[in-house]
Formats: sequence, structure tokens, C-alpha cells
Amino acid sequence: MSAADLLASIKENVIQGRKTTEDIGIDESLTGTPGVVEMVEEALEADIPAEDVITNSLTAGMEVVGEKFSTKEYFIPDMLASADAVGAAMEILKPHLEEANVATKGKIVVATVKGDIHDIGKNIVSILLKGAGYEVIDLGIDVSKEKIVEVVREEKPDYLGLSALLTTTMTEMPVVIKALEENGLRDSVKILIGGAAVSDDYAKEIGADAFCADGFQAIKVLEEMEKANGK
Amino acid sequence: MPREGILIKKPIERITGEQVRQIHDSSLGILTEPGLFCFNRRAAEVFRNHGAEVSAVSGSDASSWTIKITEKLVTDALASAPSTITLGARNADNALVMKGNEARVYYITGSETNTWLDVDFPTYVSQTDSSKEIQVPEFKPRRGTVADLCASAHVCEHLDTVDGYIRTVNIQDREINETNKDVNKFFACLNNTTKHVQSGLTNLVQLDNVVKMAEIIAGGAEKLRENPLISFITCLVKSPLQFVDDTTETFIEVCQRGLPVIVSSSPQAGTSAPIKEAGIMAQINAEVLAGITLGQLVNPGTPVLYGSVPVRARMDTLGDSYGSIETTQYNIDCVQMARFYNIPNYSTSGVCDTKIPGQQSTVERLFSDILVTLSGPQFLHCAFGLLDCNSVFCLLQAVLDDAHFKMIKSFLREPRIDEAELSVIRKQITDVVATSQKMFINYIRPVMRSGEISPPYVFEGDGEDDNVFALANERMQELLAKPVEHIDEATTERVFNEIPGLLPGLNVYKGGN
Repeated sequence: MSAADLLASIKENVIQGRKTTEDIGIDESLTGTPGVVEMVEEALEADIPAEDVITNSLTAGMEVVGEKFSTKEYFIPDMLASADAVGAAMEILKPHLEEANVATKGKIVVATVKGDIHDIGKNIVSILLKGAGYEVIDLGIDVSKEKIVEVVREEKPDYLGLSALLTTTMTEMPVVIKALEENGLRDSVKILIGGAAVSDDYAKEIGADAFCADGFQAIKVLEEMEKANGK
Repeated sequence: MPREGILIKKPIERITGEQVRQIHDSSLGILTEPGLFCFNRRAAEVFRNHGAEVSAVSGSDASSWTIKITEKLVTDALASAPSTITLGARNADNALVMKGNEARVYYITGSETNTWLDVDFPTYVSQTDSSKEIQVPEFKPRRGTVADLCASAHVCEHLDTVDGYIRTVNIQDREINETNKDVNKFFACLNNTTKHVQSGLTNLVQLDNVVKMAEIIAGGAEKLRENPLISFITCLVKSPLQFVDDTTETFIEVCQRGLPVIVSSSPQAGTSAPIKEAGIMAQINAEVLAGITLGQLVNPGTPVLYGSVPVRARMDTLGDSYGSIETTQYNIDCVQMARFYNIPNYSTSGVCDTKIPGQQSTVERLFSDILVTLSGPQFLHCAFGLLDCNSVFCLLQAVLDDAHFKMIKSFLREPRIDEAELSVIRKQITDVVATSQKMFINYIRPVMRSGEISPPYVFEGDGEDDNVFALANERMQELLAKPVEHIDEATTERVFNEIPGLLPGLNVYKGGN
């Protein structure tokens, strides 16, 4: 397969939402053929630059997926399947990008705060952010302020995403922010909050940097922050 | 292959088997005491000739009788009435096969209304902020026309959930009169839908022309018997317990021609029937049994449907209250009675009391549509587009109703639970709980694409906007723009040559509708 064909094939599999050989896409006849992961590995073996894979296959494919989503041809599960495939591809490409000194998007730590075990929304946001090219460290559910402080100190993320579904657990968010302040880490990270219980007003009230209603808004907010940081 | 309809495997029942039997026994008692008044001479003669006790009403001018119908006459009639009835269609794939003991539901439009409701969407500007504009639907009633009937049949041809078509609007054009109304309404329907067409008859004089027209379209008299693409509905018994002269005459004539016919009774609990459920049920059942018996005496084996349109009276006006809870209860009871007799049932749902589409309309029609569907009538006259009881038709409402029926149909899909399915699911659960995110999202897509999960409400708006009417209107315009399969040119020409009274404007091959 030529480089151009391989890149086109990766793009098509992103559109199909096929991460690996086993995955079923929209076109069922593709089942059993290589998915995004296998083909990205093949592209690297063929010395196709990682940047080309991102630009011509992953980003281009996600643009098509976005268009299909906006016209209601695709639904959230389609979008997530594609984003998941792109996220997996980015994991493979990451060392090659660093080697080639290609600028990457930021790093974000996400967590559902202490006392809250609801994570569907947070998981969807994680998948979409990975699909958008961000490095995501997902700490899971019921995460203590101590754990968050520790990870922020060690991983030095650009962003921290806090999630809470309940009115009884959203109060843990300002507790986390205060803990970061006390440890001298607050200014090192932009804090985004989300979840059914919180709002834009609440974000302002507790000193968070932004409120995100869903994963798509999270991507938009992060892109604006990236731009503001000159990325 | 006939249309599939919806097979209700476990139909809901309101009354017990013992109560069904009690209603039956009570109805048989009513048929002998007090019996029925009859204002049709031929019906009186038919009953007398078959051993019923028929007496002239004293003081009358020898044009009314009392008829006492024995249990044996009823039992024999129930035995000769077909338990399976086929309602044909221009397109054979649209035929409806109704079995008295099978709860397969077909959704059919109706009834005939005098008023057609147009909809427009004028823009209103806020008095306090001129930058704020909203479009509000405005409904304007007017007299129905032949063109409206064509448009209604046209749209219903394209509505997936409509299985058959009862004329929805009374044609009141200047050129229409008592002697040409029937041929024009049947032709307008038949030419704009390939589904089954049913109507009442305005004037008995037109019956032969209507039947001849159907024979030409079906391909001959024998073909029409095999594929009865039209059927009739007659309200021969006026509640309480009176054979009406003209509709009974029409009923007898239709039975003699062997075409499918609905014996319809529409008592109103509180005025023309007792207000209590037991009372209206015993009476409506007696009235329908009387009609079925007459039909079988006239022509044994005539395909008759057990037609029930019971309704409760409104307490504020004593008008009909189709939106009342009791009306739905009566209809479900009637479905059970028809099933007891193993005769296909014509039942009613979706008629609402409100005058325009809106929240009240949706609540009233969905309530009865869901429940009566679940009881499993074969022929559900489900009032697509009807408002203000039975007096207004709105095409926009019919399009909205189609979306509601899609939801009901979707709900009634067969459950897919078996060993093979559960085995696959157990592996899926095991695999997912082993992942960090523990989400089943990856398994949604094939199910979503296969149609196994229901789509969102088709007229859902964006954000907080309620655009239901505007989106339904767009859909209605799309359907009106879609072509329909008209009767072919040669057949149309033959119909226009041989059937008198057809309006030239109905000939699509000469610039008509």
C-alpha cells in the first residue's frame, strides 16, 4: 500500500470508528481488516512521519466525524468510537512526536471528586479529549484532594478537570482548589469543572477557571486556553 | 404479502371472562326484551322470515316495528360470520388480513369531518424587545373539499404507520351534491393511496356506481371479490336499539354484494346509553349483535366487523367526550367482546376533545392510542388527524400522530431474550468490568444501526426550543411533494367514461388533482 493509500485508509477507519481489527465499523464488511492502531503502526514502520499521520489521517478523519455528528448522521457513540481510536493512535505516536520535537497539545488530569462515584460524563470527556489530541490522566472516581495534589505536583499537567454529579459532592471542588493553593500549585494549572450539579456561576464562585457543560465544550475551552498560551 | 400490523401477543384485558359472559347474556336478554325498534321494512321482513318476533308498533303508520331476536338467531349468525376478513388494496402488499382470534392491530384513519384545519406560522415580535421574534402556529378552520381529501389520502399513503385509509374529510365543493358525492370521494381516495379504502355511503343510489368503479380498478368483479380494495361502514343501529331506515337499507344492499362491511354502533354513555359501564357494554354489544345477525340473515358469510365507537358524555355539555378515561375503557371492553365472538373488531382510539393540536390533544390521543392498541383490536380506527371529537381534520395532526404510532410500534417490538443472547451479554459484561472505565459504549453502535433501539422523537427541537409543529409542518410539506402511485391512465379513462358524476378535476391525466 502506498503512503497516500495508507493515510487515506487510516482516515477512513477513524471515520468508521474502528480502533482495532476486531472492531465493527459502520461498514460491517471492514470487520477483520486492520483498524487505526494496526495501520498507524504500519505507517511508522514505513517511515511515514507521525505529524503526517496526525494531520492527514487522524485530524482529517475527526473533522469528517464532526460534520456527520452535526448533521445527525452520527451520534455520540460514533463520535466516541472515533475519538477512542484517535486516542489510541496518539499514544503510539507520542514518542515519535517528542523525538521529532513536534509540539503536542496539553496534558490534563481528570477526576471525579471525593464522595462521588458517578463517572459516565467524566469518561466521555476523557475519550473526547484523547481523540482531540490531549494527553489525559484519568484518576477515576471518589478521588481525594491529597491524591489530586500529589498527581498535579508529579505530572505537572496544564489542566485539571474536576467532575461532580451531586449537590452533596460539588462542595468538594473548592476544597480541592484550596488544597492546591495551600501547596503552591494553584497557579500551575488551569482548573475546569463539570457535572450535572455545577454551573458557570459556581465555577466563578469557587475560583475555577472554567465550567464545561459537556465534552465538546471542554475541547472548545481547552482550545481557547491553548491559543491564549501561544500553542 | 399483507401488511404486518402489530401482533399483540398478550393483549391487555379489563374485564374477566366471567364478565364477558355476563355482558353477552345480558345483551341476549336485551335483544328479546325490550328488543329493537326497526324503521326499515326489509329488515323487519328478513327477521320475520327467519322466525324473529316482529310486531308493528301500534299507532304508527305501519313503518315501524319491534323486533325480538332470539338467542338461536344470534348464535347461528355468529357461526356464519367469517372469523378471518381480508381487506384488499390497490397494492396487494397493502392488504390487511384480520383474524378474530389474533390480536394483530392495523392502524387506520378516519372519520369523516366537515372541517379542514389549515396551519400557518405567522411571526410575532416582542413588544418589549423588537429583536425577539417567535413563530406561533395559527390554525384556521374551513369547509373540506375534494382537493383536501386528495391531499389527505396522498399524505397518508406516505405515513408508514397508516395501514388503511378511511376518508377523513367531507367533500363540500359547490359541484358536489347528494348524487355524485360517493363516487367522487371514493375515487379521490383510491386515486391517491394504494392502501385499503373505507367509507360510509351518502346515498344508496350511488352504491352500484361505487362498486363498479372498484371493479374496474381491481380488474373485474371477481378480482374485487378476491381483493376487496374498498369496504363500507354503516351505523345501522342508532342508540338506543333502533334500526334506522336508510342506513339499514344501505347495510342490506352492501351485504347482498358480499363486500366487507362494518356494523358500527356509537352509543353515548349518559344520553343514548346508560352511564354505567355495565349498561353501555350490554347495550352496545346487543346493538352490534343485532346488526351482525341481520347481515348474516341477508347473506350468510358476509364479512362483517364488530364495530364499536362507544363514548362517554361530557358533563358540562352532554356532548361526546372521546378524551375521557371511560371512553377508552369501553373500547377495550368491546375489543374483548369481539374476540369472544371470534370476529375481527373495529375499535376507536385517538379521538380528542380539544379543537387544535397541542398538549391536550397529545395527552388525550396518546392515552387511548397506547391502551387500545395494547388490547389488540384488528382494525383500529385511530383518528389520525382528528380533533374536536369527530368534527375537525388537521393534516399536521395526522403527521404528528404518525410519529406517536411509530413510538408505540417501537415499544411493542418482540423482546429479544434467549440463551444465545444472554450468553453473548455475559461475555460482554465480563469484558467491560475488566476495563478501567467500565463502560458499554463500544457495544452500542451495532445495536443502534440495526434499529434495535428506538430513535429520538422525530420532531425534537434544539436546546430549549419547542419546534414540534414547525418540524411536523416541514415533514407534511415533504410528503405532499412526494409523488403517489395514481391509478393508471387507461383505467382512469375507463372509470371516467363509465362512472357518471366524477369531477373532471380529479383526472390527473387531464391536469387534475
